[in-house]
Order: sequence, then C-alpha cells, then structure tokens
Amino acid sequence: MSETLHAVSIEVNGKRREAQVPARLSLVDFLRDELRLTGTHVGCEHGICGACSVMLDGEPVRSCLMYAVQANGHKVTTVEGLGKPDGSMSALQDAFCETHGLQCGYCTPGMLIAAQGLLDVNPHPTEEQIRDAIGGNLCRCTGYQQIVEAVKLAAERMK
Amino acid sequence: MLATHGDSARVIAGGQSLVPMMAMRLLRPAFLVDINEITALKFVKIEKDFARTGACMRQCVVERDDTLAARVPLLRQALAWVGHVQTRNRGTVGGSLAHADPSAELPLVARMLGAKIVLRSSKGSRTLDAGQFLTGPMSTSAQPDECLEEIHWPVWSEKRTGSAFTEIAIRHGDFAMVAAAAQLAVDESGRCTRAALGLGGAAGTPLAFAEIAARLVGTKLEDKAIEDAASDASKETDPGADLHATKEYRRHLARVLAGRVLREAREKAKLQ
Repeated sequence: MSETLHAVSIEVNGKRREAQVPARLSLVDFLRDELRLTGTHVGCEHGICGACSVMLDGEPVRSCLMYAVQANGHKVTTVEGLGKPDGSMSALQDAFCETHGLQCGYCTPGMLIAAQGLLDVNPHPTEEQIRDAIGGNLCRCTGYQQIVEAVKLAAERMK
Repeated sequence: MLATHGDSARVIAGGQSLVPMMAMRLLRPAFLVDINEITALKFVKIEKDFARTGACMRQCVVERDDTLAARVPLLRQALAWVGHVQTRNRGTVGGSLAHADPSAELPLVARMLGAKIVLRSSKGSRTLDAGQFLTGPMSTSAQPDECLEEIHWPVWSEKRTGSAFTEIAIRHGDFAMVAAAAQLAVDESGRCTRAALGLGGAAGTPLAFAEIAARLVGTKLEDKAIEDAASDASKETDPGADLHATKEYRRHLARVLAGRVLREAREKAKLQ
C-alpha cells in the first residue's frame, strides 16, 4: 500500500531541506529518521517529557506534537544547530558540561533548547524564570539543580 | 473538508491536545484540516465593550499582548497556568476552547466572563455564549462541519476593576485539580458594582456563578460576604474523584480557591 506523499521545504539549522513525507509523519521522526539528526530525542511521544524540544522560528516547541508537513516553509533549529559554526560547543553547552547538568543525557537536548529559548529573550533570568522555562522538561537523573546552575553560569558568561 | 467528511475530519490548530490524543489512539481522525497557515484567524481587535481574538492566535502571543492584558486581564493571568512555554508557543486560544477540557483555564475564563464563540461552516456563521458552547467534558455544541472562528471577550469599562486567577495542580503546568477565577468592580467607596466568579475542574464543564456573584454587588466585599460566596459556590460543584484527589477534597479546594481569588480581585480593584 502506498501512502500519499507531500513535498516539504524546511530550513533546518540554516540549511534548506526538501523532502517528500507522509502527512502523519511527526516532525521529530522526520528529523531523526529522514535527516538523521538524532540529537533530538523521542521520549513520551505525547507532549509531556520535553525531550523532543526544537526551535520553530526561534521559539521552543515539542516536535512530537507537530507533523513534518506543518513545518513546511518554517525554520527549525535542533540541538545540532546550537553549537558554534566551527563545531565547538556553545556557552550554554559548555556550562552544562562544567556544572554536571546531565548524567544519562536523554533530556539534555530538550533542556538545551528550552534554556537557549529563555536566554534568547531574557539574557539575565532569575532562578524562578529558569525553573519556569525548563518546567516542561523532565529529567530523572540530576534533580534539576545542576541544570539550573548551568543556565545561570551560561547567563553570567554571556554578560 | 469538514462539510464533506463530517465526523471523520478534525480541525488541527496548535495540536497540543489533539496530537497527544491521537498518539494514545483515543482519536483516529481520517482527515486533519490544518488551519495554522490561515492568517485571517490570527488577530486581536479591540471593540467598544469586547475584545476579539482569532481562533488560531497562539497562547504565547495573547499572553504577551499588553493591550489585551489591559482590557481582559484574566487572559494573561490564566495563561500563566496553561501548560509550559513549549506548549504555549504552539497551542492556540481557540483550540483550547474547542477541546473543552473541564479543568482547562481558558474555557473557565470564557465561561465566567460570558465570552461569545463564533462558529463558521460553509453554510454561514453563528454566535454562541460560552455557556451554550461548552456542553460537557471534551464536548461542545459545534457541529462536525463547523470551525471555531473567533472569540469575543467582554471588556469591563468600570474604572476600578480587579481580577485574579489561581489553581492547584500536582505540578505547575499540569491539569488543574481545581481552578478559580474572579473579577470585581468597585466604586470610590469600595462598594461592589459588578462581580463574576467561576470554577474549573469542579464539574463536567467550567462553572460560572452569576447569582452568587450578584449577591456581592452592593456589599463592601467584607471577608464574611466573600467567605459566604465561596462556600455557596463550592456547594454547587460536582467534582469527580481520582487517584490524586477525592470529591470532598476538590470541593474543599473550590471553596478555598474561590475565596482566595475574590479577595485578591477585591484588593486589586481597590488599588485602581
């Protein structure tokens, strides 16, 4: 049985990507399976855990709650797009390493996207604002404390 | 599309409730009609005594809109409790109403303020009160061929108006066990001239207490009058029970939270 395919053109991490996708292919499956950008993780697949967070036109959204066809004509940034052009880590990513803001790493891409989304609009957040920004992302290892510290450290360095 | 396919088609806006339901196979629509790219459904317009929001306005955009917050302050106050940043960036105000979760914040605000819901089909449009639109848990009076087009939020012209929204949930951003909203207007002497009170998560639809609120009008909103109103409102609730809270506990919450929002709205109104 063949499924109807739809043409999409999506700017992913600054590169235009064209593809033919089925209507019900989620954005996260498109990123991982079609584009092989496996940095974005699939967790709960129903919008609870936040592991699949990506930026859509610069704002964090859950890529498991969107279909790839809905991203047609839009800009998507994944965790792979957060680093510097030379491949080195961003200030936020460095801060996560230094403060032990991760253990198993499963939630990390979503945490980075959520935190970067906050720092983009609010470079000097309070602890409460940081906790609110990552409030939609589950982490089962760190107890969140080191993640909050990582975001604080990154904000300080970006001053 | 909706006229042709009826029940087997669903409108998708933000998808923050619809897609999880599809992921869990609670819904299996054969067709999805995506309205995200319809710019005609994305607007805020301020009229004389109401504010209009298009069905596909993102929750984050409405939350940031200062003109709207000045006229319908409950919208921003309620949106702070709606999901998380990532879901508000995608979720829409119209979608939240059409989904009609009995514990959801925006349907509660619509119900207690008496918002109007405009529905459109290929045959024309009709306007309903939020109370007529919200008929039960996840159910509305929209027909399968109708799409929510816009919402009219009443603007109170009274100078000294205050409002408040609060809720209790297991974690911030989760479904509310009980949510409460109040809006009060007072005159120079602090006497109440207009009042509205509502509770969410306390029955199959959000509840508005027009009669109980009307009894506050003419009083000075003394603590006793507020306690009586909160207690009367909680008696009219019919909450469900689950793992997290018994019916009795939810009814208790309804009384406490109703009192809390009424007192907060009173203090804000007096400061105006």
